Amino acid sequence: MTTTPRFTGEQPVLKFDSLDVQFRTEFGSVHAVKGITLSVAPGEVMALVGESGSGKSVTATTALGLLPKSATIDGETFVTDKSIGTLGGRQLRAMRGNRVAMVFQEPMTALNPVITIGEQLTESMEVHGVAFGAEAWDRAVELLDAVGIPGAERRAKQFPHELSGGMRQRVVIAMALTCDPDVIIADEPTTALDVTVQADILDLLRSLKDKLNTGILLITHNMGVVADMADNVAVMFKGTIVERGPVEQVLLQPQHAYTKKLLAAVPRLGKGHGQFGVAPHPVEEGAQTALDVRDLVVEYHRAGKKPFRAVDGVSFDVHRGEIVGLVGESGSGKSTIGRALLGLIPSESGEVRVLDQDLLGIRGAQLKSLRRRIGVIFQDPAASLNPRFPIGDVIAEPLSVHKEGSAKEREARVHELLDAVHLPRTVYNRYPHELSGGQRQRVSIARALALSPDLLIADEPTSALDVSVQASVLAMFTELQREFGFACLFISHDLAVIDSLAHRVVVMQFGKIVEKGTREEVLLDPREEYTRRLLAAAPVPNPIEQRQRREARHELLRGFGDEVVEFDTRELDQGGWSKRSQD
Amino acid sequence: MTNTNDPAELDEVHEADYEIESMPDETSTTDKSYSQGQLVLRRFFRHRGAMVSLTILVFITLLAFTSIGFGPIPGWWGKNHIDLYPIVEVAGAPTLTLWPFSLGEHPFGQTTIGKDYFALVMLGTQNSLAIAFTVGLAATLIGTFIGATAGYFRGLSEAFLMRVTDLFIIIPTLVLAAVLGRMAGNVGGIFALAGMLALVSWTGLARLVRGEVLSLREREFVAAARAVGTSPWRIIVRHILPNALGTIIVNATLLISSAILVETALSYLGFGVRPPNTSLGLLISENQNALSTRPWLFWWPGVFIVGIALVVNFIGDGLRDAFDPRQQMD
Repeated sequence: MTTTPRFTGEQPVLKFDSLDVQFRTEFGSVHAVKGITLSVAPGEVMALVGESGSGKSVTATTALGLLPKSATIDGETFVTDKSIGTLGGRQLRAMRGNRVAMVFQEPMTALNPVITIGEQLTESMEVHGVAFGAEAWDRAVELLDAVGIPGAERRAKQFPHELSGGMRQRVVIAMALTCDPDVIIADEPTTALDVTVQADILDLLRSLKDKLNTGILLITHNMGVVADMADNVAVMFKGTIVERGPVEQVLLQPQHAYTKKLLAAVPRLGKGHGQFGVAPHPVEEGAQTALDVRDLVVEYHRAGKKPFRAVDGVSFDVHRGEIVGLVGESGSGKSTIGRALLGLIPSESGEVRVLDQDLLGIRGAQLKSLRRRIGVIFQDPAASLNPRFPIGDVIAEPLSVHKEGSAKEREARVHELLDAVHLPRTVYNRYPHELSGGQRQRVSIARALALSPDLLIADEPTSALDVSVQASVLAMFTELQREFGFACLFISHDLAVIDSLAHRVVVMQFGKIVEKGTREEVLLDPREEYTRRLLAAAPVPNPIEQRQRREARHELLRGFGDEVVEFDTRELDQGGWSKRSQD
Repeated sequence: MTNTNDPAELDEVHEADYEIESMPDETSTTDKSYSQGQLVLRRFFRHRGAMVSLTILVFITLLAFTSIGFGPIPGWWGKNHIDLYPIVEVAGAPTLTLWPFSLGEHPFGQTTIGKDYFALVMLGTQNSLAIAFTVGLAATLIGTFIGATAGYFRGLSEAFLMRVTDLFIIIPTLVLAAVLGRMAGNVGGIFALAGMLALVSWTGLARLVRGEVLSLREREFVAAARAVGTSPWRIIVRHILPNALGTIIVNATLLISSAILVETALSYLGFGVRPPNTSLGLLISENQNALSTRPWLFWWPGVFIVGIALVVNFIGDGLRDAFDPRQQMD
């Protein structure tokens, strides 16, 4: 296996020739893609990297001819030898799925929830006349088997909601493969998945290009994924490609200022504190306990079923001036803990002491006065800011709820906070939808700090942000923590982010604590199997190091008795699949 | 075609150009800040059908209220709806001519006994509009209150309020309104009637608002507000309802147009507005036998009913498109 670019002299399977896309909107036109040229050869993984709004998804969508009518497209897009712009509706449909297939970001929304998985797979075969009826069904089962879904026969009769996220994404990949396409466009195929699942899906995709010689256009913002998968990389910024080349060259010796900046912003596991500007203060000896959680149990009650125990006997504490990272994959109960600590969902049993007051035992005015000492930052700044409030009101809302100061004093305080989070004072009268994601999250942080809380609960505060924005928000966050000295429970799924600022780390799985200790203990010398799996699965933005890590991970998995996921063509070859390989 | 990969060209670009987070002052082409409400208004004013309808509605309202006056205020039209006038045309036909334009003595004609029909129709329009808007406003308030309370607090209060809503829904509106309307007619005034109509027409809105609140209460900005200790009513009034405004306004508009029709139907059946006061429905009811001999006595109120109901519906349509541009057809 090699990651060097392949110049086999073959005809590229996908080619954009000075592609230019503009959208008409209410406020004039938006130039999304500005004349880019890019090609994907058979068996090549071309990664298109960029942050949100760089035009990478728009580029990919043109290959399927799926852009809305408000788009004006210039330049040409070729799939094998056919130009998309010249095809009519019928020819376009014949090409979609057959020649070029798409793997979407969100496996839950890409699958129809009311149709069984098998039927969804056979549909595209029947549409394109590849196979019909029982034959198509057999092939669907074979495909599910090939992408590593155990019990494929049974799974084919199930509905999407009965499968886990990783399984669903495998189904989506199997769907893309039904007609043996020449090129697969994978639009952020692992962004919605957990790291361990992500590593499996990447293993699967990698084996695809080797065994089927399919070209893959991989769209992602994650440099680790690029290092793991790509042969060649094109970096996109505001509609233009600023740098391109083989993956080692771009990631290890970036030439362009933007690429350098992007790579510098990626948090790296093992680099520890101070990656972005200042490091947080070490915790003082004998600091007071700010948050003390003992045997916390949270249950979700379900009609007609046993209650689901989302958090099961969890105990940990946070001292003043300390940042404790709470890590886990989706469904581990980490966000549930955050919500229970805020009193947004009831706790079943256990004890929570915030600043020496019993949070679960008090009501009414006492609770209200305790709440003013707890600040909160949510994951999605677009959702956690009231869209009808101007920024000034958003930040002042906690102050006016607690009847703090006069209107004038509140305004002054809001201005101070805007300065603290490095936003210009002019945003005071603007609305959340006018700001970018990072700016909104700054507003959200300013709101959390409005009442100078002693404890801050940050629930995935940077995971909805682009890397470069994440870096600046993390830098600012650390700075503010030094300045205000609040205790913080930092909930995240990203180990590298936790590594950059936490003093202690708590690892959770299935509602229980797997491992806890200082940052160095847990992240550098993990004792538990789960923690080791988690650490091994996190990709690093260095292709050479990542290859070693990948092999080490496969070694580790074999050690635990697990199989490495790969595309299994044995079944398919016997079934006389792959029409083009027969020709 | 520009070659974007020319390294020489790229080197000249200053590093600051690759700042992702540009501050709003630098990016926005205009200093003007649009709130969501302003964006909605902007889209609404660009909706041609709605703007034409709005103009017509304003025109009809002005015409109805200024021509014969309102309460003690006299209007510019010299005649009233009570006095009898000598019959001018054969059988009291309309004197209105469009080309050359002239109103004549009795533009909408005269009733069999010689009353000025223009004055009668204007009075009927006044009453119908007043009833419709009062019903729209009152029913919206009741529906929003009940829907928001049920949706936000859930539990027992929701069960109780929604079963009460169901109770109102299963009784046919017209039957309920007829009984209540007769009582209101005895008590007096069109506003009593409007109040009664409002009491039976809030149900649909209450269900819609509840649904909207159910989804909004799970949004993170509500969680954020609860986390700082905001009281439930403050959350409902300050955070949730402004975000449900689209649903509320659009459905209030549709309520108004349906209220006009319900009032018309009631008056036609004899349960609504009583003579000597009049409404468009009552005028039609009184003159239904004249359709073959004096068709204008039937047509004029009919045209006004259909006209008002149509334009109000169009305005509602425009508002819905303005609040939710995704629903618009390409």
